Amino acid sequence: MSPFTSGFWNIWITALTLGGIVFCLFLLRMMSRRLPALDPNSATGHVWDGDLQELNHPLPRWWLIMFYLSIAFGLGYLSLFPGLGDWEGLLHWTSRGQYASEQAAAEATLNPVLQKYAAMDLLQVAQDPVAHEMGQRLFLNHCAQCHGSDGGGQRGFPNLRDQDWLYGGDPVVIEQTILNGRQGQMPAWGNVLGAQGVHEVVNYVRSLSGAAHDATLAAAGKTRFDMLCAACHGPEGKGNQAIGAPNLTDKTWLYGGSEQDITQTVTFGRHGQMPAHKERLGAGKVHLLAAYVYGLSH
Amino acid sequence: MNAIAAGLDLPGTTSTGVPPQTYNYRVVRQFAVMTVIWGIVGMVVGVYIAAELIWPDLSLGLPWLGYGRLRPLHTNAVIFAFGGSALMATSYYVVQRTCQTRVFSDRLASLHFWGYQLVILLAAITLPLGITTSKEYAELEWPIDILLAVVWVIYAINFFGTLAIRRVRHIYVANWFFAAFVLTVAILHIVNSAEIPVTLWKSYSAYAGAQDAMVEWWYGHNAVGFFLTAGFLGMMYYFIPKQAGRPVYSYRLSVVHFWALIFTYMWAGPHHLHYTALPDWTQSIGMVFSLILLAPSWGGMINGIMTLSGAWDKLRTDPILKFLVVSVSFYGMATFEGPMMSIKTVNALSHYTDWGIGHVHSGALGWVAMISIGSMYYLIPRLWGRDQMHNIAAISLHFWVTTIGVVLYIASMWIAGVMEGLMWRAMNADGTLTYAFVEVVKNTYPYYFVRLVGGLVVLSGMFVMAWNTWKTIRAGHPVDAPIAALHPA
Repeated sequence: MSPFTSGFWNIWITALTLGGIVFCLFLLRMMSRRLPALDPNSATGHVWDGDLQELNHPLPRWWLIMFYLSIAFGLGYLSLFPGLGDWEGLLHWTSRGQYASEQAAAEATLNPVLQKYAAMDLLQVAQDPVAHEMGQRLFLNHCAQCHGSDGGGQRGFPNLRDQDWLYGGDPVVIEQTILNGRQGQMPAWGNVLGAQGVHEVVNYVRSLSGAAHDATLAAAGKTRFDMLCAACHGPEGKGNQAIGAPNLTDKTWLYGGSEQDITQTVTFGRHGQMPAHKERLGAGKVHLLAAYVYGLSH
Repeated sequence: MNAIAAGLDLPGTTSTGVPPQTYNYRVVRQFAVMTVIWGIVGMVVGVYIAAELIWPDLSLGLPWLGYGRLRPLHTNAVIFAFGGSALMATSYYVVQRTCQTRVFSDRLASLHFWGYQLVILLAAITLPLGITTSKEYAELEWPIDILLAVVWVIYAINFFGTLAIRRVRHIYVANWFFAAFVLTVAILHIVNSAEIPVTLWKSYSAYAGAQDAMVEWWYGHNAVGFFLTAGFLGMMYYFIPKQAGRPVYSYRLSVVHFWALIFTYMWAGPHHLHYTALPDWTQSIGMVFSLILLAPSWGGMINGIMTLSGAWDKLRTDPILKFLVVSVSFYGMATFEGPMMSIKTVNALSHYTDWGIGHVHSGALGWVAMISIGSMYYLIPRLWGRDQMHNIAAISLHFWVTTIGVVLYIASMWIAGVMEGLMWRAMNADGTLTYAFVEVVKNTYPYYFVRLVGGLVVLSGMFVMAWNTWKTIRAGHPVDAPIAALHPA
């Protein structure tokens, strides 16, 4: 298929490219002609700024040969590869084709290995030292940007080394998380609760994990919590892994556990996003990754 | 613009009917001093961000000290402030002396100087604030782009005006290169900076997607070709014959390599976009013309080095000539390396690695900085009525320090770059990548450290130059040389 919107561009590009090369050849021919009675050591006769003069040595032969060779290479390359407008080149090479064939070659090596592990249970894969190394390399290239090289996580990105799991730490669930991604949605309650209401709820939430709080405010916050928050976080605030609602009674805080941080969370909500990797990596690699991630905490 | 002119102490133009008796050295002096100052500023920023790559906490958590904002400040400062000032000082000097006439307009020369310094000042403020178009080497936002375009047109009028009123028949070869530089950079800047303003400090490019990338690298590569190559070749064609006291080696060679160089460079941009969304045919043409560019580039090197025929002995004793000739050697090396890196299979290894950084600095430090420094050591005493720089041994020291620093810099980046390219592509027998990106970064630290040392060594030489310049200027006084009588034809 022609990459051009009209046949004109095809001719335009071809003519300019070849014309450019012809121009270089013309220059070389003109300037390597033997000029009669020219002594290379005599100046051209022009003088500037008192003493600036020019000699007129012939073009060095090795340099001329190099110039001609580069032009010959250029013409050869343009006949073999796409370059002159619509011309596909004698080799019919395309960058898409090269990518596809390199990808196919890599998959031919990798797929048997992946298939071997795909047939194995995740707990078995987690015990396999070779699978562990492959999983680690995949993790470092695809996961470490958010979860850290050691899987320790950072603010907004869960720690994968502890026993606290938003959606569950079962190896099969981990595999589902990586394959399909997760959308963590904490709604914004600022408008519903008002500043005072948020203040009360925050004190109650902090009381759940035994953090410093105002008991009066917390008591008032409990009523609001039972009404608005318990649906997801549960009546005791222990969370719900089915929908990724965090446990509020422990010391793990994805977005910080200070009064200020929790106030921010309750007022404006949070939106956590774990991208889906099914299309990007394929099920075989995700299987290895799931086993590796499981292994981080076991 | 009138308001700016009125606020400055501008000399009147010499349009009194009486032909001027002297060259305008004032504008040359202004740009020459700023060359030294901006050289130090640009290199200090460079050394700082080189250190940040080893110790990221050096940004102190301040956004305007972060690598991402200071890196464009470094490139703009060394290319456009330091390199630009050197080109402007030397082009004004050379065009006047080889046309044997005073500059076309003193008023425009002064406007050019102050306008250009204003552009640099605005760049130094806006880039750390994060105000950027995000186009590499064209980061300045649209109000500054417009100001720069106006200043550049003033420069062009003044340069071509001076050529037009020349008192010698033939145009000296150095002026061909300066003229190509002035004209083409104007076109490059205006076309690539076409953008749609949204607010005072935010605009969007007039081009989209792959076309935007192509325009950007057509600009980017020709900034290398016309700013960093053609302009400095102009410098070479004046200062090497002058300092060596020898005629230019070959007029014919200069004709071929000038026209082939300025024609071929225009096509080479796509080699910055190999293996991207750019169409295959564009990538092929970019690669082919990059390879053909090797011979025209080397034409300049041959003419520069062979001009020394019969005066090679001077290299032993004259540190200025050492600067000039070694710079041409680095030029030859970088212009060999460039075409090689444009070959797609080589590029697949070298692209996105520190090899690119090494390549750029063998051109920027080895070629651009060294020829500028050599030319300044020639110019400065003449501009302030001295026979030579205050301390010749200090020039020699500067030469050796720069050479060692540049070699440390480029050798470490070469090794780092090849290592990165090989580690990125290394595959295990099972078909997975052998190394994670972070592992490659970790392995690069020793080379980053050697690079930092190289950069510090080069920078220390600039302080020696600043001291030497200060002593030379202090002991002299500004002089405007009389216009030489015409040589009998």
